[in-house]
Amino acid sequence: MTWMTIKRVLVGGWKNFARGGAVSVATVIIMTVTLAIIGSLIFLSALLSFTLDSIKDKVDVSVYFVTTASESDILAVKDQLEKLPEVENVSYTSADDALTAFRARHATDQLTLQALDELGGNPLDASLEIRAKDPSEYDSIVSFLEASPALSTDGTSIVDRINYAQNKEVIDRLSLAIQATQEVGFAVVILFAIASILIAFATIRLAIYTARDEIAVMRLVGASNSYIRGPFVVAGVITGIIASTLVLLALWPATWYVGVETSEWFGGFNVASYYGSNFIFVFFIIMLSGIALGSAASVLAIRKYLKV
Amino acid sequence: MILLTRLDGVQWSATGMIYFDQVTKRYGDTAALEGVTLSVAPKEFVSIVGHSGAGKTTLLKLLLAEESPSEGAVFFQSMNVNDLPSSALHHYRRKIGMVFQDFRLIPNKTAYENIAFAMEAAGRTDDEIASDVPYILALVNLADKTSHFPDQLSGGEKQRVAIGRAIINQPELIIADEPTGNLDPINTYEVVEILKKINELGTTIIIATHNKGVVDAIDKRVVTMDRGKLVRDDAGGKYVL
Repeated sequence: MTWMTIKRVLVGGWKNFARGGAVSVATVIIMTVTLAIIGSLIFLSALLSFTLDSIKDKVDVSVYFVTTASESDILAVKDQLEKLPEVENVSYTSADDALTAFRARHATDQLTLQALDELGGNPLDASLEIRAKDPSEYDSIVSFLEASPALSTDGTSIVDRINYAQNKEVIDRLSLAIQATQEVGFAVVILFAIASILIAFATIRLAIYTARDEIAVMRLVGASNSYIRGPFVVAGVITGIIASTLVLLALWPATWYVGVETSEWFGGFNVASYYGSNFIFVFFIIMLSGIALGSAASVLAIRKYLKV
Repeated sequence: MILLTRLDGVQWSATGMIYFDQVTKRYGDTAALEGVTLSVAPKEFVSIVGHSGAGKTTLLKLLLAEESPSEGAVFFQSMNVNDLPSSALHHYRRKIGMVFQDFRLIPNKTAYENIAFAMEAAGRTDDEIASDVPYILALVNLADKTSHFPDQLSGGEKQRVAIGRAIINQPELIIADEPTGNLDPINTYEVVEILKKINELGTTIIIATHNKGVVDAIDKRVVTMDRGKLVRDDAGGKYVL
């Protein structure tokens, strides 16, 4: 295709769009709604991920060590755990730190503090708090600890207890809930995306249907299929770009309006802040969706009118 | 060379410009054309007449390769048009100028752009377009309507734009399907005069019409069709139904 032809196709596409009147306006409106739904799905997906991550962050497994365990033995276990691919991070709490934290937590509970003082010394164990990359991986981490028990220099196990058994049921349920939420959320996102894409396709098909006689004339005067198709695809792309721009502009006040509410309801997830910090990502998703939708729908819709 | 004998006894060469060889076209069980054999020589002006449903438009659609024959073959300059791959159809159609009863202008293009589009489709340069389109618009008396859209033009003006579009690429053949069907007598006369001039300049013209006045004004070969069959081929230009 020569530059002259490309220029004619671009100019023709722009004129098709500009002179399309109500049909162009209707197509832009439908495409805007479609892209707004796709945009909402981005935020919904981010919100879902944020909520699930918050829940995941609250889950961990603690390994308590006998009071006779030396700090170097515990830190050796920590090193081993950190090498496991399933482990996100491991934090060490010494017996002294645990006591300080306990006292701070019960600063207003004189009865408990008195009981602690009467015991004398430090009854609390040092511990390692293990956070897995995925809640479903705690099982294998615990298996690792049980299979290769940490030993002190005299050969006795230094692990007092692992709180996994108590937490297992909760962790399993949570893992199941997270997986189900992700799958359902993904299915809903796909369903909405498909529905809105089909609506956009139908609208563009309708716009091209109104030009079917025009297409027939173009064929009869000897225009090649690609020369006929070109301006319609360009008009589809223009529709997509305008609709994407409208959605990206409308998202600023919309996310600002609901930002405070989402922050309060979803534990700190502010959609306005998310939009601001992920604008480039959202921009590309919306803009590319608009362009792809407009051009693909045009190509598919015009195909049947180019036969013969 | 294939020779065929016209109903009036004249023999025609199948290697002429256009040749319909025993063409039948059926839509379901209904035959729109039945065993039509017809030859048209270069520079001829042929009027195809007949009642509505006689098969005139089907004949033209077959020639344009808009339809394929159920039986037989259609040749244009010894080339079977039905053998053309779809990728080559637009090259073939550039050799033909079309004029329709309902004008078939592109509604969102001006008179200038409608004519220019045929040149653009044929890959002509901007300079050629800028030079030829105003000339053709002046030729069809529309120099002052270049920026008008079709809905701002009268029926006669629309048809003159359509004729301008048909002749802009200097085609070897012009097909006019009821070109005066929607025109008043004055515009009809103008259109017929323009077509006659184009023919005098050497372009073959096939016109389908049931307007006796048009056929008589052209005064050239008349092919009469009835219920899908070619029933008369009269070189004397008489309209007889």
